[in-house]
Amino acid sequence: MSISGKIPNHIEELLVTNRRGFLRSAGLLAVSFGTFGAAGPKEAEAQSSAAAQGPGPYPNPDFHQIDSWIVIHPDNTATFYVGKTDPGQGTGTGFRQLMSDELDIAFEQTTCIMGSTDITVDQVGSGGSTAMERDSWPMRRVAAEARRVLLEMGSSRLGAPVDQLAVSNAVITVKADPAKRVTYGELIGGKKFNVTLNGNNVNAVTGQAKTKLVPELKYTGQPLHRDDIPGKVDGSLKWAVDVKLPGMVHARNVKPPFACAKLTGIDESSVKGLPGFIKVVSKGNYVAVVCEREEQAIRAARQLKTTWEKPPVAPFPSSEDLFQYMRTASPVAPDRPAGTGDAEARNPAAGSGGPASPNAAGASAAKTIEAEYEIPFQGHTAFAGAHATADPSNGQMTVYSNDMKSYGMRRGVATFLGMPQDRVRVVWMQGPQGFGRTAAEDAGCEAAYIAREIGRPVRMQWMRDEETAWDTKSPAFLVKMRGALDAQGHLIAYEYNARSCDYNHLGYNEPDTVLIAQLMGSRRTRPAGGSASTPSDVYEIPNRKMTGEVVGLPVVWETPLRTGNLRDPNGPQATFAAESFIDEAAAAAKTDPLEFRMKLLQAGTTDDAGFRRARSLAVLKAAAEKYGWDPRPSPKPPGNGDILTGRGMAYSFRGQTVVAQIAEVEVNRKTGHVWAKRIVCAHDCGLVVNPESLQRAVECGTLHGLSRAIHEEVRFDTEKVTSRDWASHPTLRHADVPERIDVVLVNGDPNPNRPDLPPYGAGEASLKPMLAAIANAIYDATGVRIRRVPFRDDRVLAALKAAGV
Amino acid sequence: MSKITLKVNGGSHTVDVEPATPLLYVLRNDLGLQGPKFGCGLGQCGACTVIINGAAVRSCVMPTSSVKGEVTTLEGLASNGKLHPLQQAWIDEQVPQCGFCQNGQILTAKVMLDKIPHPTDAQIRETMNGTLCRCMSYYRVQTAVKRAAKTLADASSASPKEVVA
Repeated sequence: MSISGKIPNHIEELLVTNRRGFLRSAGLLAVSFGTFGAAGPKEAEAQSSAAAQGPGPYPNPDFHQIDSWIVIHPDNTATFYVGKTDPGQGTGTGFRQLMSDELDIAFEQTTCIMGSTDITVDQVGSGGSTAMERDSWPMRRVAAEARRVLLEMGSSRLGAPVDQLAVSNAVITVKADPAKRVTYGELIGGKKFNVTLNGNNVNAVTGQAKTKLVPELKYTGQPLHRDDIPGKVDGSLKWAVDVKLPGMVHARNVKPPFACAKLTGIDESSVKGLPGFIKVVSKGNYVAVVCEREEQAIRAARQLKTTWEKPPVAPFPSSEDLFQYMRTASPVAPDRPAGTGDAEARNPAAGSGGPASPNAAGASAAKTIEAEYEIPFQGHTAFAGAHATADPSNGQMTVYSNDMKSYGMRRGVATFLGMPQDRVRVVWMQGPQGFGRTAAEDAGCEAAYIAREIGRPVRMQWMRDEETAWDTKSPAFLVKMRGALDAQGHLIAYEYNARSCDYNHLGYNEPDTVLIAQLMGSRRTRPAGGSASTPSDVYEIPNRKMTGEVVGLPVVWETPLRTGNLRDPNGPQATFAAESFIDEAAAAAKTDPLEFRMKLLQAGTTDDAGFRRARSLAVLKAAAEKYGWDPRPSPKPPGNGDILTGRGMAYSFRGQTVVAQIAEVEVNRKTGHVWAKRIVCAHDCGLVVNPESLQRAVECGTLHGLSRAIHEEVRFDTEKVTSRDWASHPTLRHADVPERIDVVLVNGDPNPNRPDLPPYGAGEASLKPMLAAIANAIYDATGVRIRRVPFRDDRVLAALKAAGV
Repeated sequence: MSKITLKVNGGSHTVDVEPATPLLYVLRNDLGLQGPKFGCGLGQCGACTVIINGAAVRSCVMPTSSVKGEVTTLEGLASNGKLHPLQQAWIDEQVPQCGFCQNGQILTAKVMLDKIPHPTDAQIRETMNGTLCRCMSYYRVQTAVKRAAKTLADASSASPKEVVA
């Protein structure tokens, strides 16, 4: 039994040969099944009993060992093992740049293995834009420590003190006599470091060595090409969808036809005669069909006759009635349990800024403004449906998956199946996007469940309609805002209240909330509370009150309107409202919207350790300069012709990453069509690890924001989601793309004397202000304020007509 | 099941499948060609694109028995070990994010450039408009298409007889 040639080389390497053997010899792995899939039942049994005396077949790699992070090979190359995944923004290449710098090895001599739970330490996987900001630090410190240890070894070998040695490209030389040299590979190639690191958790792990200061970094900051791209353009990369295992069969789900449906019957005779049919797997309301071939499983799933009973009450209002429902619904009790997502990605709503409100502005208010903003449910709609392949060989469970949080999936699958965690591993492989959907991935538990049921490797994939209708959704927001201006046009009071339809927000492959568990009857007595985020800005406004509350739909289990984290969770919703409102305030004050924002920023007198206020000012200024911003109040004087043009800006931050965007739009008065002709995105995420990867990630994040601004909305009637494909849940297309996009990497350090500028996250922030920038540009062009996302042609046209434009 | 012979990337393969089986599954699961991807199964997104008789075809909705002519997949685009200028432009421009759609982007662009060697921006947008990307790499795809068009034009003017696949 061999999987040679079926999965990518690097995965094959780590699964089959050196790595596990290496770990075992290093004493890091008590029991190994050696060659993946090769152990027969007897051997498995023997090793299972051996496992009972030890930590098990797939124990967690020990993050306290250098050997868990770095392996130096005899040919003087190195492999880095990190507990992250790269959903397509080049972080894997970035880790290599940073670690190569700290280890002092040529970038070209390194590779990086990511996110496979049995051979890389648990760094959670990806999410929350944490790759560079948080998780690159332990990698750097371990690499620096490995370099220190190697220099000590070199010192013994060459008979010279460490301070008289030089190291470059993994070669140590005696400074005074460069002919005396030894390579890393000669010192330790194929052998273990056996060096124990300090630190209470993986984020704190450290050795004795200090990391380098920014000026000493050689690869970091260079536009090195991503190592995953060649295989993606010549077809050679093996993705999670490409896994093929001996004896593998194909499964497809049969989804309930409406939310909260109760399965009342399965007529297996409707598919029994079909070619390749193996089995209907069902428990509770979960139904799947298994066949030998993929197209057979697709056909059988479509053909299987099932009967379902409708729930006694409508599970939800229709999408047309959603906001009226949210307005009148009772918020979830404030003592609700906290959400169970990762803390850094969630911004729990909380009152802030004291009790003041526009009323507090009292007699000094010359003008008050009020507005209400609506952002619908928006889908992840990943480019391919959820998928995973599960192998139940040897009483273990291996899941091949693109789950961005592979460690979470491992815990979820193990608990869901009632297996010890060390009998389960998740091998991370590339897949379409990430954006939070693959953290709340569904196919892994499904494939594993079915694989165990039938005792063969199973490949599960969701079809397009399943994925679009049943994936996790970004929560709908209803935001009420009020403000007051004084006679000089200063914003002297500000009130923000967000209502988020987010009750029972899903975490990451939780064994009791993953969809298959729900369909099988699992319920939490207290669902996750969800969150209603407040805006991210550092405007100084005297009387400011920000609150958020969560409402729930009538039914929150077994529903396709499941909420989960979508790229910068809740950030685009909160920022759409807040930055539209700032623009409305600027217009009411008859002030240029850039000047209005700069004044609110300049009114602040303090800054934080990351200089967020100073950097906010610099980023807004950089965006305006690049765009060639012409100061004037919005809206511009009404144009004639059918095409009205205007420009709008918005600003926000995520963590310490600051973004300002300016969009120039054309609005077609006859059709309501909005085209963003030009976009400038100024972005500051601290230290730049790879400017080219960063530029691309920022550019694409910006366009993701544009897609959410003009296209994306989940539609539903009172029992099912009716957005089921790319026609009914449209996305941005080639023709929508601006003719010019300028990404300005500001990334200046306001403290020029600081040699250690840290990197901040860049995977999400550029999404955040885009919705508001487009809304503000539409207002500038037409004088019509659109407070409802997305700005589809029909909605814009109706608004223009209503305003007589 | 019936035996169907397919010409793919210069080779000939006989498979034993239901005639209505979409070509995509035969390419991926029987011939081990995994450039074409399943995205929607509806012909809406382009992830499964292959080239047949000079046309970009959505293999997820093409019955295998209806295939007439040689099939070229992403794996068949390079010639003599050299990447097609489009593939090279994709690397030079660092186009992909996740990359799952890029099979469709590259092959759709190939068919376009074969017919329109010097496309205008409007022609690129129009021709590529049905090929979706959820990471929104569109701007960079368009940049790379223009880069590849220039490479192809330079190559043909430098050596008129050289055929660039």
